[in-house]
Amino acid sequence: MQTIDLTEIGLRETNKTLHAQSKDTNQTAWEIVNPRGSHAIACGLDAPIEVTVKGSTGYYCAGMNQRATVNIHGSAGPGTGENIMSGKIVIEGDASQYLGATGHGGLIVVKGNASSRCGISMKGVNIVVQGSVGHMSAFMGQSGNLVVCGDAGDALGDSCYEARFFVRGTIKSLGADCEKKEMRPEHIEILKGLLDEAGIDADPSEFTRYGSARNLYNFDVDNAGAY
Amino acid sequence: MNRHDAKGIPHTTPRQSATFTQDINSDIRRAAATGIYDIRGGGAKRKVPSFDDLLFMGASISRYPLEGYREKCETSVTIGGLHAENPIELDIPITIAGMSFGALSGPAKEALGRGASAAGTSTTTGDGGMTPEERGHSDKLVYQYLPSRYGMNPDDLRKADAIEIVVGQGAKPGGGGMLLGQKISDRVAEMRNLPKGIDQRSACRHPDWTGPDDLEIKILELREITGWKVPIYVKVAGARPYYDTTLAIKAGADAVVLDGMQGGTAATQDVFIEHVGQPTLAIVRPAVQALQDLGMHRKVQLILSGGIRSGADVAKAMALGADAVAIGTAALIALGDNDPKWESEYNALGTTAGAYDDWHEGQDPAGITTQDPDLMARFDPIEGGRRLRNYLKVMTLEAQTIARACGKNHLHNLEPEDLVALTMEAAAMAKVPLAGTDWYPGKPNTSY
Repeated sequence: MQTIDLTEIGLRETNKTLHAQSKDTNQTAWEIVNPRGSHAIACGLDAPIEVTVKGSTGYYCAGMNQRATVNIHGSAGPGTGENIMSGKIVIEGDASQYLGATGHGGLIVVKGNASSRCGISMKGVNIVVQGSVGHMSAFMGQSGNLVVCGDAGDALGDSCYEARFFVRGTIKSLGADCEKKEMRPEHIEILKGLLDEAGIDADPSEFTRYGSARNLYNFDVDNAGAY
Repeated sequence: MNRHDAKGIPHTTPRQSATFTQDINSDIRRAAATGIYDIRGGGAKRKVPSFDDLLFMGASISRYPLEGYREKCETSVTIGGLHAENPIELDIPITIAGMSFGALSGPAKEALGRGASAAGTSTTTGDGGMTPEERGHSDKLVYQYLPSRYGMNPDDLRKADAIEIVVGQGAKPGGGGMLLGQKISDRVAEMRNLPKGIDQRSACRHPDWTGPDDLEIKILELREITGWKVPIYVKVAGARPYYDTTLAIKAGADAVVLDGMQGGTAATQDVFIEHVGQPTLAIVRPAVQALQDLGMHRKVQLILSGGIRSGADVAKAMALGADAVAIGTAALIALGDNDPKWESEYNALGTTAGAYDDWHEGQDPAGITTQDPDLMARFDPIEGGRRLRNYLKVMTLEAQTIARACGKNHLHNLEPEDLVALTMEAAAMAKVPLAGTDWYPGKPNTSY
């Protein structure tokens, strides 16, 4: 285990050290102490390493992550895991707004709750939230899966495309062009796989699936009120 | 025509309304027939105060000129030296503005890269990600970081020579984008993670930040991901140029790209293009003032765009304090867009050469703003690149000609003092004297 004291060496040196790890490095285990809510910790990683941040993080922790696993032993600030391409991010606490925004791939797990706009414009990322998510989650979601073991706030999946949403609890409201969908066996399988990967013990049959009604895919004056 | 009625009373001349013009009436009929607003490409078509309303005074007894062809007039510019390890060095201060693959064909993007590289300048991606043909043919490529993040990935980000965070564009300050289904081909759909054939909407706000404090953190993140190597530009529309420039600088931008309302777009509502934003002439002085007030003029570069067409426009932008300009629509015209040689086909589309602006519909006879394989095949990227290079060279020579006439050995040495305005409006906006006077509206210490 390599330990980095962020307060001691600063953000630039911290990220530079992590970026310097090659794809076949044998130094795969890293720990960052004293993060003190700093922004942009461990962003832009591109190696199969595992980084554990001992404390809470600011904006954009693990942004644009590729290949790496980033564990946050605290809560995570806005835009954590934004545009993630691959790899995994596990947040032990709560996540602030825009979690996994525009993420293209990989997995983000939140053990607590996630705030508003969780998975906004998601483009393939899978997000599993053990608690609840705030309003406008998965706004304009294009692809990928958002799993919510608790409840969802207002306007879930507003203006979404082909992203899937699985919610176990209640939905305060669905967004424009988002509707309840049939939970077919293949969806149970997808959900089971995501819960297993996230290490969350929940019964897939208790979830409801939501997704795009596809009414806004092409402009139609009769839908003008929804745009 | 019968000029009298049966009783011998003269008829009045039929009179068209200045309010309900034939153009306006056709808009009303179109809206009534379709129930949806008009979408088009390009920038503002209405007449607005512009660089045409300014003139250079040239040399005189008190200002001596430089000899054309003999005495050098430099044109180079360095962008992004404030924070970036590798600033962009351009031979000419005319860059190619962001235009997306999707809005433009792959060969058209290639031609922009070829032409810009041959002229020693940069080109810019757009709302559709980076294509290999564009990267491969662009010596210096600026990667746009847009609200939609279509095609956005860290590998391409690190291949860029600069990053341009797009907050707004002149054609539609506060507006997102749209790409109609006809242009969502398999390749475009794949790059944007979208179903084929849908009418795609691009967000108007970034998904993971709002406001100047967040922007500062976003810039920090992008610098960390790219190792502080490349410059970071912030592009804003000509909305509130003094404050937007101030906030962009304070957020840590290396350069500010400022786009007036004549700047084009691939597709937006006509009402947006014509009624939101400010003319390019009106926005440059407030932005330069912001740079000067913060002691950042020439340290943070100002790149001005929106209706730049000629070396005279370039020289005027520089004289008002810009470090460089960007061209979009003009570059497309240089490539062959709206060329009269396609007139019969423009007619078949219900328009005429010079007026064709339905770029979003993908039926461009010139094969530039399309994803249709047959139309795309009409466009030769090598020839297009050559034409763009020629045009950039001519613009540069024109600007140099004017600068030499004003006694300047670098385009950056042009100054407001070299200019006069032809109209009160232009004088007020550019803060240069009305021709024949020593006064402009709003001049400090004058009575009105």
